[in-house]
Amino acid sequence: MSEGLKLHFEVAPDDIAAAGNASTGTKNTLKKMGFPAAIIRRVAIAMYEGEINMVIHAKGGDVDVEIQPDRIVMTLADRGPGIPDIDLAMQEGWSTATENVREYGFGAGMGLPNMKKNTDEMRIDTQLGVGTTVTMTVYVA
Amino acid sequence: MAGEGDLIRFQHSVTLDRDKCRGCTNCIKRCPMEAMRVQDRKARVIASHCIDCGECIRGCPYHAVKAKVDVYEDILQYKYTVAIADPALYAQFHHLDDVNLVLAALMQIGFDEVAELYREHRIITALTEQAIEEGTLPKPIISSKCPAVTRLIRVRFADLCDHVMPVMTPGELAAHNMREKICEKTGLGPEDVGIFYISPCAAKATILKMPLGIENSNIDKVHSVSDIYTRLLSPMKRIQDPPRIAEFNCAKYACTGTESKALHGRRAIYADGMENIIRLLEDVEDGKLDDFDFVELRACPGGCVGGVLNVENPYVAKFRARHLSSGDGPLPRPEEIPDSAFWEVPLEYAPVMNLDSNVAVALGKMQELERIVGSLPGLDCGSCGAPSCHALAEDIVRGRAQVTDCIFRRGLRGREGNNEEKGG
Repeated sequence: MSEGLKLHFEVAPDDIAAAGNASTGTKNTLKKMGFPAAIIRRVAIAMYEGEINMVIHAKGGDVDVEIQPDRIVMTLADRGPGIPDIDLAMQEGWSTATENVREYGFGAGMGLPNMKKNTDEMRIDTQLGVGTTVTMTVYVA
Repeated sequence: MAGEGDLIRFQHSVTLDRDKCRGCTNCIKRCPMEAMRVQDRKARVIASHCIDCGECIRGCPYHAVKAKVDVYEDILQYKYTVAIADPALYAQFHHLDDVNLVLAALMQIGFDEVAELYREHRIITALTEQAIEEGTLPKPIISSKCPAVTRLIRVRFADLCDHVMPVMTPGELAAHNMREKICEKTGLGPEDVGIFYISPCAAKATILKMPLGIENSNIDKVHSVSDIYTRLLSPMKRIQDPPRIAEFNCAKYACTGTESKALHGRRAIYADGMENIIRLLEDVEDGKLDDFDFVELRACPGGCVGGVLNVENPYVAKFRARHLSSGDGPLPRPEEIPDSAFWEVPLEYAPVMNLDSNVAVALGKMQELERIVGSLPGLDCGSCGAPSCHALAEDIVRGRAQVTDCIFRRGLRGREGNNEEKGG
């Protein structure tokens, strides 16, 4: 398959207000390309949750998106603490967010479950003390 | 041109006085839809992208961009005329205590009948309340009173078209069946009756050219608030005891927030100004506002008091509208609500912003677009006539501009070393 359209975004650490820039940018690009609204919605929700995670749990990172006519692949790579127990992190309601973050209305423990729910494939590569890379794919049926 | 807008015939009230236009970058920079370009030193509107929000009119220092409205003398074309006054009209007058004075003055300047929109606003609130109660629309329901917002959703927010409250605007609702009733009462033919809307903005002036939710508007002509205001001043001074035409008035509905507050106890939010409402719609689209019942959005700052066809400063007008307001009477009972209040035609997404109808072709164009953006200086100076380097790149892939339109790229190629337009 030929190379798709590549988008790159940087997620700044500790800036909750800026989280969402990557998902909004991707959403608007997908709209101009005529992808179905339902697909765009899933991509935007999954990416936004991922961005929030990168801000509140890690020290920011990089978001790369590759768009093909039949699929959208999102790679979110952070420089955070890593996830000690992925199965636990995937449980709805499980959160390690600080009280401070919860006051903003985040940290409800729905981030990773929502990302999985809105994508067709999700892979988590994590290394304690180094960082986590989440790769998500949404297929255009 | 790339054949956009073939599906819907896009017509607008925004118009240009070519003699006054200096070809500067003010309007292209202000337009939230990136719908304006300067070509051959004159501004131009991309019809399919324009939503008639009026930002270009507000931002033009030379008053070259205007809203096309009808002239007052048009009332002479009809044997029987009705004036439907937008709530913003009442908020223009200094020391006004009773809207009946405005209504009586409208009849003095030649209208046979006047319509006050209090009842229509209350009907729409009752129908919205009902839709929230019964859950007939996805949450949050979006107000359809500002036509610029409805048009914005139609071209940019495919996913939100079914959130928009499918009822006519208050003016259109008042005009509905009005002609039939007048013909019955007077024995005149339908063409003898002229229904006029007094509008504070370009968006409402466009409803008769390009109606929303109905095939054809029942309004025949649109006047601007500013034109009618000037004509009302001297009759208003003469009238001593105006007849009691309206018991309640809709003045405060000219301010953002009134519609939300009328939905007592509901989770309703309101916002105005194009930048703010686009951000809010992005959030609704991302599902961040699913726990709200209602979202009220107005394109103009402050609401309809901020329309570009008004006279008074919007914040002064806002104070007056609240001062004039007679409070809320009871909501109309269901049997008083006409079935015809609902849209006949659903709001359908118009994909005019798409680069191509085929996703694979669009992908190629988007890659080309990104490549071109990388080759442009990124100053967003507007000298090429497009609002930003990104917009120029988009115009190039759509086949309506060239890379040499960029004054920096032109210099690099050693062609036309200065920034004078060819044949200017």
